[in-house]
Amino acid sequence: MAMNCNPKDEVDGGPPCAPGGAAKTRRPDNTAFKQQRLPAWQPILTAGTVLPTFFIVGLIFIPIGIGIFVTSNNIREIEIDYTGTEPSSPCNKCLSPNVTPCVCTINFTLEKAFEGNVFMYYGLSNFYQNHRRYVKSRDDSQLNGDPSALHNPSKECEPYRRNEDLPIAPCGAIANSMFNDTLELFLVSNESDPTPKPIRLQRKGIAWWTDKHVKFRNPPGEGTLEEKFKGTTKPVNWPNPVYMLDSEEDNNGFINEDLIVWMRTAALPTFRKLYRLIERTDDLHPTLPAGQYFLNITYNYPVHSFDGRKRMILSTISWMGGKNPFLGIAYITVGSISFLLGVVLLVINHKYRNSSNTADTMAF
Amino acid sequence: MDCSRARALVRRFCAGEEDWVDSRTIYVGHKEPPPGAEAYIPQRYPDNRIVSSKYTFWNFIPKNLFEQFRRIANFYFLIIFLVQLIIDTPTSPVTSGLPLFFVITVTAIKQGYEDWLRHKADNAMNQCPVHFIQHGKLVRKQSRKLRVGDIVMVKENETFPCDLIFLSSNRGDGTCHVTTASLDGESSHKTHYAIQDTKGFHTEEDIDALHATIECEQPQPDLYKFVGRINVYSNLSDPVVRPLGSENLLLRGATLKNTERIFGVAIYTGMETKMALNYQSKSQKRSAVEKSMNVFLVVYLCILISKALVNTVLKYVWQSEPFRDEPWYNQKTESERQRNLFLRAFTDFLAFMVLFNYIIPVSMYVTVEMQKFLGSYFITWDEDMFDEETGEGPLVNTSDLNEELGQVEYIFTDKTGTLTENNMAFKECCIEGHVYVPHVICNGQVLPDSSGIDMIDSSPGVSSREREELFFRALCLCHTVQVKDEDHVDGPRKSPDSGKSCIYISSSPDEVALVEGVQRLGFTYLRLKDSYMEILNRNGDIERFELLEVLSFDSVRRRMSVIVRSTAGEIYLFCKGADSSIFPRVIEGKVDQIRSRVERNAVEGLRTLCVAYKRLIPEEYEGVCGLLQAAKVALQDREKKLAEAYEQIEKDLILLGATAVEDRLQEKAADTIEALQKAGIKVWVLTGDKMETAAATCYACRLFRRGTQLLELTTKRIEEQSLHDVLFELSKTVLRCSGSLTRDHFSGLSTDMHDYGLIIDGAALSLIMKPREDGSSANYRELFLDICRNCSAVLCCRMAPLQKAQIVKLIKFSKEHPITLAIGDGANDVSMILEAHVGIGVIGKEGRQAARNSDYAIPKFKHLKKMLLVHGHFYYIRISELVQYFFYKNVCFIFPQFLYQFFCGFSQQTLYDTAYLTLYNISFTSLPILLYSLMEQHVGVDVLKRDPSLYRDIAKNALLRWRVFIYWTFLGVFDALVFFFGAYFMFENTTVTSNGQIMTTNSHMMFGNWTFGTLVFTVMVFTVTLKLALDTHYWTWINHFVIWGSLLFYVVFSLLWGGIIWPFLSYQRMYYVFIHMLSCGPAWLGILLLITVSLLPDILKKVLCRQLWPTATERTQNTHCPDSSPELAPAASLQSPGALGPRPTAALRDAPTRKVPCVLWRSEEYAVLLPTRASPVTVTVPAFCRDAPT
Repeated sequence: MAMNCNPKDEVDGGPPCAPGGAAKTRRPDNTAFKQQRLPAWQPILTAGTVLPTFFIVGLIFIPIGIGIFVTSNNIREIEIDYTGTEPSSPCNKCLSPNVTPCVCTINFTLEKAFEGNVFMYYGLSNFYQNHRRYVKSRDDSQLNGDPSALHNPSKECEPYRRNEDLPIAPCGAIANSMFNDTLELFLVSNESDPTPKPIRLQRKGIAWWTDKHVKFRNPPGEGTLEEKFKGTTKPVNWPNPVYMLDSEEDNNGFINEDLIVWMRTAALPTFRKLYRLIERTDDLHPTLPAGQYFLNITYNYPVHSFDGRKRMILSTISWMGGKNPFLGIAYITVGSISFLLGVVLLVINHKYRNSSNTADTMAF
Repeated sequence: MDCSRARALVRRFCAGEEDWVDSRTIYVGHKEPPPGAEAYIPQRYPDNRIVSSKYTFWNFIPKNLFEQFRRIANFYFLIIFLVQLIIDTPTSPVTSGLPLFFVITVTAIKQGYEDWLRHKADNAMNQCPVHFIQHGKLVRKQSRKLRVGDIVMVKENETFPCDLIFLSSNRGDGTCHVTTASLDGESSHKTHYAIQDTKGFHTEEDIDALHATIECEQPQPDLYKFVGRINVYSNLSDPVVRPLGSENLLLRGATLKNTERIFGVAIYTGMETKMALNYQSKSQKRSAVEKSMNVFLVVYLCILISKALVNTVLKYVWQSEPFRDEPWYNQKTESERQRNLFLRAFTDFLAFMVLFNYIIPVSMYVTVEMQKFLGSYFITWDEDMFDEETGEGPLVNTSDLNEELGQVEYIFTDKTGTLTENNMAFKECCIEGHVYVPHVICNGQVLPDSSGIDMIDSSPGVSSREREELFFRALCLCHTVQVKDEDHVDGPRKSPDSGKSCIYISSSPDEVALVEGVQRLGFTYLRLKDSYMEILNRNGDIERFELLEVLSFDSVRRRMSVIVRSTAGEIYLFCKGADSSIFPRVIEGKVDQIRSRVERNAVEGLRTLCVAYKRLIPEEYEGVCGLLQAAKVALQDREKKLAEAYEQIEKDLILLGATAVEDRLQEKAADTIEALQKAGIKVWVLTGDKMETAAATCYACRLFRRGTQLLELTTKRIEEQSLHDVLFELSKTVLRCSGSLTRDHFSGLSTDMHDYGLIIDGAALSLIMKPREDGSSANYRELFLDICRNCSAVLCCRMAPLQKAQIVKLIKFSKEHPITLAIGDGANDVSMILEAHVGIGVIGKEGRQAARNSDYAIPKFKHLKKMLLVHGHFYYIRISELVQYFFYKNVCFIFPQFLYQFFCGFSQQTLYDTAYLTLYNISFTSLPILLYSLMEQHVGVDVLKRDPSLYRDIAKNALLRWRVFIYWTFLGVFDALVFFFGAYFMFENTTVTSNGQIMTTNSHMMFGNWTFGTLVFTVMVFTVTLKLALDTHYWTWINHFVIWGSLLFYVVFSLLWGGIIWPFLSYQRMYYVFIHMLSCGPAWLGILLLITVSLLPDILKKVLCRQLWPTATERTQNTHCPDSSPELAPAASLQSPGALGPRPTAALRDAPTRKVPCVLWRSEEYAVLLPTRASPVTVTVPAFCRDAPT
């Protein structure tokens, strides 16, 4: 609509080539893309194409499921609840807060021997580690050894950020509520020899390698661990500061594996966490032979206030992890359903074609 | 733009109540009138600045933001964002702020750029130099400095800077030619006339001496209406008063042609020019898909709110035990504890809203917009819709309605220029019963048609000869055709072969055809010079007639007249018009013979015009003159008074004869209409033509077939019976059949008795539409609609432009709310194009006005077929999948998050990491669906074109019905349950543990909540993408690239995101989570299992539906799939050439609509398509089908 600035008259015409050129550019390109004619694979999901898929899925899934199921069933696992809410339980005495420290002992029997490496877990129920307020109540920078975060923890740690004007290390609700029961395992060798034999529990190698070596770091600096943590205070609920978690230097402070495991918040309110490893000693003897055992518990961790349960679990593992029948059963179920559907589809396909043929023939 | 219009309106009304008057007085050249005239009241007018831009530099940001947040969706996201900023919410504000910011910024940049362009254009326009006359001198000034009352000089090929009253031109006769191509699209030259008393002023000095005032109405947007009055004061006598009409008005935006220069006085400037007032933005049309999308949105909003409410309530129920609310290990801060309970509950509610808000993603809007915008290019790129002749391709004026093209149920088409070519050819004329056919080869020869023997003619030769010549003269004189002066055009365009032949220009192609036809019969119209019309008669003599008056054509009178004075001093009135408007005014002549000839011609589809004349004695002429003058000067109701005057003048005519002009059907018009009808679309023809002509065209383009039973609802019939009776009778006829027999799905093709066509004319329609005293009009309308619904084709003739729109509106708001499409090429179709859901303009001969006002423009009617059946179908499929899929994938996304609340104490803990929350819709799952919605072709283009009935499969918004929507939603919920509980059972008792053989020996590590979320998320991304892959029927390399690419991107991103300690993040919760998950065998197995389970029901549903209840589309797809039933393969071999049944349609009608195996189906389709397509040899009905025993 520009006015006489651009006086171009179509009657007089511009340069002779202009109209032809313009017409040419108006013409759309004849490319496959612009004409929506790109070469394409055009699959159609028909009974014919899908039928084999159903059978194949069935045939693959069922064996896998059986394999998983069998493996899962071969895993030995024993779970001992030591919450002590039942009056008969040896740990019942520990419920009253007066008894400190409270040590209780639970006897149990392994019917069958546990071969290979055995893993020792503690399990908690009704413990909401996935509560939002709880999940975010940590300072990853602090745990990564950042000096400024060490002395000035993140606000997310409130109300476990400072205690008596000193920054808490490690700060936050997660660290503050770290599991602090001590579990010890003893084998009662046989009736003839009453002296119990302690089982060697390994405290290292239970956390993710990357967590231990990258994500969690002690603060830098010279001197002992205690000096590195100078100017901070222990979490309120802890009996000892963070640099006294373990006697060994490489499992102490923020890189203490119990702490690291605890800091990985569980997905569900009922969870178990790895506590100790029981390494296989030699090929001749099972790691935990069948027999009488007792579990010595230094009962510190209060759970009855929130209706929680505490358990100790011993488990072997397989190539697919711990005991879980779910995956195997699910695979078998899905495989069978798929196979069944294949059969049903085959029947429908067959019947439908016959019946429709006759119907059409009848119509004429 | 409507903003500026509103501003103009406001300004007009705010000009103050006191000086708000109906008319304005303009002092030409700002000179005061001589004393004695009215007092000089200077009025204030806006300057000549055109402002089409919306924003200024300063108000851009606030105003644009305001505009953008007026959209409900944007506002919603803004609120969510603000809530996230203010209260402590589970997700960081970034997750919703970033996408919102992106959307807003992109939109703002786009709008800003557009506005900048507008500013540039405005500036260019406002700063264009304009020649003013000041104190007798020519001055150049910027256009924006122009004031009302200034005298302006405009040169050839310049556009007028504002609305001007034409004072004088360099042509002696005071005319100038103008094209209004940029205004209303008509490229023909129009003649405008200078004021009689000023046309002699040729120089600047003369003009400057002019002393006059102009009174005219306040600006109004109608381009063709103007009334005013000029008082010219000469020194001595009283002022001379002259009427001003639109022929004296030169509009801003029009261009001066063939005239060296003109002088004019500015009367409307700037935003008050008619062009600016017409700057209305077209009303926003919204597609049915968009409407359903909004409904779904509301549903999801309700789901969202109820989810949030449920969770809030449950949270407080659950927390009622203090040890849950605040266990020893998870204490609240002091400030949290002290907060008011209700405030806390409200904050929690908001936090839940934020947590679940992704269910309505910002990206859906962006994707839909992008899909529409990018998708519309496929229309403009389409080679098949490019017209070689005119060099025009399709135009997309709005991309909002692409999918609506796939939903059309009613097509309203104009006849002339749309169905027909609007390429008029003079066929014959009938004078007093003699029929003349001008032969093209024997130029100038008159051949009395020998086939006209059925015309009984006994009139003596001499008077016949006289009448004949009078007839030709009448045709030569009674028109508004202009001759293009060859001497003004000095280009290579001169056609040497045509010799003296002139180029005729007219807004009506009929007139050109007539004038050219008469030229071949010996009478050549030469030119109009100084109000003398010159014609060259058969003997080669030039005859001159003084043109006294033109009673111009209008669509109500449907005729025009001229009054001329011959050199002998005789005054004639020649009148030319539609037979219905001429015959009642005729008192003499061979009416019956001519009428029968006219009717015969009309039946053949020719356009007929009747010519009549009357001789006026000077006294009569004086009367006529006075009558016209009085009407013309009137400021109020001029139109009405003129019409009355015309009515009085055009009577007692003597019939001379009739003409017939042929307008050929456009190529493939019949084919197209047939295809559209097969597609289940009802085609209505709306035309201003007479019934017979229109009906003939309808037969020619197979809208009516031989078997069609025509129902007439015409004025004639209503005169015989009452409207009431006619309507009831018709409805009885129609409903009897439709009631007794459930109409076959494909009855559009069948030639049985139930095929009705309705013909209705404008008068009858207005009777039906007219509200009645007893308020029973609604009844008539309902009845009428009932009849229409049962007719396969409807023809509305004698329609005024507004009535066309009325019809469209009537159907549009009938109780089924069908989607309507209007197609037309002329200015008279604009109203219905604007009214219909989809307006399509044919880029035709009658200018581009229709094309400009339409939503889409195509070069030819035949392109409508591909437009609807292919593009419309594709767009609909694509966008409906897009919409459903978006909701589906967000249900999958958010529902696990909802479920997780039950396991985390309703604490609003997110299941996924922030990065995943943010990127899910933006990058992990966005491109595949966008590409799908651009590329998908569920069946091939050729198949769609060949088989129009596939269009029925998507009719009535089939893919966005509640059933489908609920299916998708439930599929989403199911998948979400699978993801969540699958992961839940794997994590329960902790068993998905990585045994870490790969990482470190003998370690057995636990997974936390982030691994849980990542597992769910991974399964989800894969499922959702694979679901789309299952829906994709057209896998080009782009689809492969995007689908597999985005899955790969997800994996790579996750590896990267978890692989590094990101220094800028305050948390490192995702560190190595993904990698650890992948290092664990059961996780792989679990992912595989869950994906399979999620996809299984959908696959099953697809296969079963296809097998048991296939739609036509699916059957077509099956026929193209390689595994089409082997046991039916022999059927193909059974087809023998020439075995086509005697009545293929019968076979079709009997065919069951369901359960037709593919091969059989296909052959039938071919049989049906046969009449329109190639040789019958190729297509047969399988022999066994007919021979099989019943």
